[in-house]
Parts: sequence; C-alpha cells; structure tokens
Amino acid sequence: MYAPFELEIPRDLAGALAALARGGEAGSVALAGGTNLIVDMRARRERPGRVVGLGDVAELKGMELGEDRIAIGGGTTVSELLRSAEIAAAAPSLVESARLFAGLMVRNTATVAGNIACGSPAADLVPPLLSLDADVTLTSAAGARTVPLDEYFLGYRRDVRRPDELITRVSWPRLAARSVNTFYKLARRKGDAITVTGVAVTIEAAGGICTRARIALGAVAPVVFRAKAAEAHLEGRAPTPSIIEEAAAKAAEAASPIDDVRASAEYRLHTVEALTRRLVSQAFERLA
Amino acid sequence: MSNERTIAFRVNGREARPTVPAHRTLLEALREIGHREVKSGCEKGDCGACAVLLDGMAVDSCLTLAWTAEGKEVTTVLGLGDLDALHPVQQAFSEGGAAQCGFCTPGIIVAAKAILDENLDPSEEEIRVGLSGNLCRCTGYTKVFEAVAEAGAALRAAGSGR
Repeated sequence: MYAPFELEIPRDLAGALAALARGGEAGSVALAGGTNLIVDMRARRERPGRVVGLGDVAELKGMELGEDRIAIGGGTTVSELLRSAEIAAAAPSLVESARLFAGLMVRNTATVAGNIACGSPAADLVPPLLSLDADVTLTSAAGARTVPLDEYFLGYRRDVRRPDELITRVSWPRLAARSVNTFYKLARRKGDAITVTGVAVTIEAAGGICTRARIALGAVAPVVFRAKAAEAHLEGRAPTPSIIEEAAAKAAEAASPIDDVRASAEYRLHTVEALTRRLVSQAFERLA
Repeated sequence: MSNERTIAFRVNGREARPTVPAHRTLLEALREIGHREVKSGCEKGDCGACAVLLDGMAVDSCLTLAWTAEGKEVTTVLGLGDLDALHPVQQAFSEGGAAQCGFCTPGIIVAAKAILDENLDPSEEEIRVGLSGNLCRCTGYTKVFEAVAEAGAALRAAGSGR
C-alpha cells in the first residue's frame, strides 16, 4: 500500500532537526499531525525515504502571550487553538477558521505548522494568519530564520522552507484596540469541507478613517495571498459604500481561481467580491 | 526491508505488543490483533469510522502510524463499555435508535465520548461541530445528535463524566 520508508520518532527538537538534516537520497519529510501527509503517502503522491515523526517534540508546543506579540509553537494543534481563550481574543479570525476546520479527530492532530507547510491554496489557517501579519520561524540544525508569512509561499505548493527546516514558531502582533479581525469560509458545509472561497479581513479605523486594512484570500489562486491593491484602496480613506465596492472589485481582480469539483472560477470571483464587500462593511459597522 | 518493530501500547486496559512495519497504521494494527470494532472507512480523515481515543484524545486511527502509539493508551468503542455494562453514550444511542447499519457507530460513539469529556452540556451547535468528522451514509444525524445530548444529560444526572 505504501512505498516503504524509515520512520524515526525523535524525543526532542535537536533530534528531529538532526534526522531531517541526514536526509538521504529519497529525502526526509517531517510528519506532524499526518492528516495530509499520511493520505498523500497512501495515494503515493508522496514517497519519502525517511519520515521524521514530530509527536514527541515538546519544543514545538506552547504559546507565549506577550504584551505586544502572540507566539505559538508550530506543533500547536487546531483543537489547542480552540481551547485557548487568549487566542480567541488575540486572533478571532484564526479561531473561526479552526472551528470550521475538518472534523474533530483531524482538528485534534493537525498542526498550525503542518497547515502552512502543506502549501495548499485552501489551507484554512493561512488567510487568518496573513490577515494578522504573522511571521514564521524556520529552524534547522544550522540555525533559525524568521520570514513574514506573506513572503513564505512561492507558488503552488512551493515555499521558502528547505527540507531540513521545520516551522517551529508562528507569531503575530497583538491587534490594535480599535480593530476587527474576521474570517469567512464559504464551503458546501460548515464541517469537513474544503474551502471554495476563504476571506480573512483585519480593519483598523480612527476618526472615521481606515488606518489599516488586511484582506487575505484563500482557495482562489495558486497560493493564499493578500489583496494588497484592495487594502491600499481602503487605507487612509473614509469607508464609503463606493470605496468598499471598489476595494472588493480590486480583491476579485487580484484573484486567479480555477474551475474544480467544488466551484467554477466564475463563482469564486463573484464570491471573493461579495465576501470582501460584506466582511469589510461589517468591520466598519462594528467600528463605527 | 527489515523495517519492523515490536511496539507496546495498551488497548482498553490490556497490554498489546504487535510487531509491525513503520508504514502500518494504528487502524491496521488494531484490526490485525482482533479489534474489528474499529472500522476502516475512507482512510482519508473524512469519515471518522476509525476513531479511537489515544491517551483520551479522539484521533482517526487511519491517519496515525502504529509506532507513534508506543506507550500510549488506546480506547476503542469496546473499551467504553460492552453489552453487560453499556457506557451512558452507548445506552443513549441504543435507546434512541441512533444507528442504522451501525458501521459508523463505533467512531461516532468514540467522538461523542470525547465531546462529553470536554463538556457535559454541549449545545446542539457544539455537538454538530464535534461530530463534523463523522459521516453516516444511511440515515442522518438527528437521532445521533439527540443521543449525544441525552448521554450528556444522563452523565450530568449521574454526577460524573466517567
């Protein structure tokens, strides 16, 4: 059923990084929750020579709830996001996406790092994290580097992570006091469904003017991405209906969706515009 | 490839020591040692038929490599209770007719137990979100949701989550 592989289950981060660095001809691959990788290996889309199981690596767990920044270990599971009242306050969009993420058993094992690293355009934690200006820390046996999530993806299932690196940490600044951060997942059902269109929005406003806008779109391009022209159209302006309408149109212009079994490209473009308009309008209403 | 290992874990309180290759899933290992109450459905993490508790947490055993269960406690639907002493969740499913062919039922009962372990009084929305990884292709979910709520009520009345 599977192509054979070696399985290592290191006890700590140093052991995991050493195992990944050894690589070998067929390559090493990190196994976090396994909710993508095991499925891909069974289908033989992935045929790693060595699998490094991360389940015992305690350093990938934990949350730091600082005054200015929130940081979570890459091994934080989707269910752990849902159990934290602190995360619910610090990242409402992320918690909403976690609530609608697959099913209970998958939420219990799937990790934040795994959702990012799989590189799927429909990865549901990514639009919220982009809307929060998250950074990811990549660690190898040789050292660590931190890159903005906005610069992490290079193309369809391609990213800046080297095979010997792990996403050890994801962090983002605390939201401003007067801000709204939301996520909407459009899919066939609320649970256990792959996203048709995902939109995450952060809006900050002061004195009737939008001071900061983030609009991140999922499942409508080869990668999850920020609609920066739409963001720029809102920033520094009073959010009139026509400004919001134009920003929503710019978000749709930036999308390049495909037709697939879940929806047509045309429908996705329509829903990017409608959902962007809706989430941005609702955010300004809440801030008014 | 001499890629086999004997791993030790507990299943429903009993020691198990299967010798399995690295690619064997926990689902396959459990069924090979006789735990046929754990069902193989989609093998993709969609249907939840293979759900077991691993150290008390509900997981899809089809997505869990057997080696990673080393030293852990596995609980299948049979570990919750049997015909002589049904668990309140099993009792509620039985009395409420919350099963048709029954293939999905072991996984649903395990997931329901996990939901009630966190919250003995879940709202219908919380039950629905909790069971979103369990598919029933026979009948529907109305009686299933009712049975979970009923089991929660029974557990609250008994004053324990067991």
